[in-house]
Amino acid sequence: MTLTEQIICIALAALANFATRLTPFLLFRTEAATPDFVTGLGKFLPAAIMGMLVIYCYRNVNWLGGTHGLPEVIAGVVTVIVHLWKHSLFLTLIVGTLCYMLLINFVF
Amino acid sequence: MQASPPATHQETVRFAFNSSLPIFFGYVILGTGYGLYMHNLGFDFWFPTIMAAVVYGGSVEFILASMLVQSFLPGNVVLITLVVGFRQFFYGLSMLKKYRGAGWRKFFLIYGLTDETFVVNYSLSIPKEYDRYSVYTLISLFDHSYWILGAFLGGALGSLVGKQIPGMDFVMTALFIALAVDQFQKEKDHLSSTSGVIVTIACLLVFGKTYFLVATLLVLVVEYAIIYWRREKRGTKNDAD
Repeated sequence: MTLTEQIICIALAALANFATRLTPFLLFRTEAATPDFVTGLGKFLPAAIMGMLVIYCYRNVNWLGGTHGLPEVIAGVVTVIVHLWKHSLFLTLIVGTLCYMLLINFVF
Repeated sequence: MQASPPATHQETVRFAFNSSLPIFFGYVILGTGYGLYMHNLGFDFWFPTIMAAVVYGGSVEFILASMLVQSFLPGNVVLITLVVGFRQFFYGLSMLKKYRGAGWRKFFLIYGLTDETFVVNYSLSIPKEYDRYSVYTLISLFDHSYWILGAFLGGALGSLVGKQIPGMDFVMTALFIALAVDQFQKEKDHLSSTSGVIVTIACLLVFGKTYFLVATLLVLVVEYAIIYWRREKRGTKNDAD
């Protein structure tokens, strides 16, 4: 991407992100006025989006060659364990990322 | 009993600042991770700083950063942002009443409606002597500045180190894994989470790296529509009984 294209993308993302926050204030006067389908979708989607974003992070892993995704999977499992154990987002991020850095720099 | 006199401007700022403090640590640390992540993708420090100021959405900015180093697909950017930010729509719904009557400050309140600011402003009980719109607005602005500060620090730290740090990019993966684990533990059934994972893998295999997110979203909405439609049908049948 050129710099101009990047600026366009950032501006579009800023507008779209603001739109998700602004729309309810434009459309509805009360919470009760929201259609059932929209409310239900709002309960259903977020969990699926979380799963989707995790897979998104693994999209570039080369499963068939190289290290076969081993460092990514091991660091991912460590991340899950640390998070289940301590439930501290920042500890999880630090340990998970350090683990991955050590694995790709010194082990694989 | 005598009513307390209205709080001074200074007292209002102090109250808002104290209420926003828990977010300070969270945003500065996560923001630093985000700044470092962007540095590692090859961006100067002002890129994460400006994006933190303008886009202002944690997950959205990580994803956006990763899309900025791919080919130019503006439609994709808009759709992914809308979907990743979709939950914020429901924060807005919950704040309709609280933010009504805020006047010119409403722009800042809505612009700053992130997950964390929503949680603080939604659950905050404000003593009568404070003007609640001022408190909400100040908290929103404080939180926003913490996020910008964190992104700047991360970007600057990256520039100081100079070269890219191999493996730093895993911070985004770790973030989404942690959020997914939280979600998985608090939900009653895992239909949605497991659908998210399975549908995304299937779409990645079928459609490839460029279009799989968009395809996944469409499939998920269709899946929900089917669930909704079946539930409606069952509901009307029960009513007839």
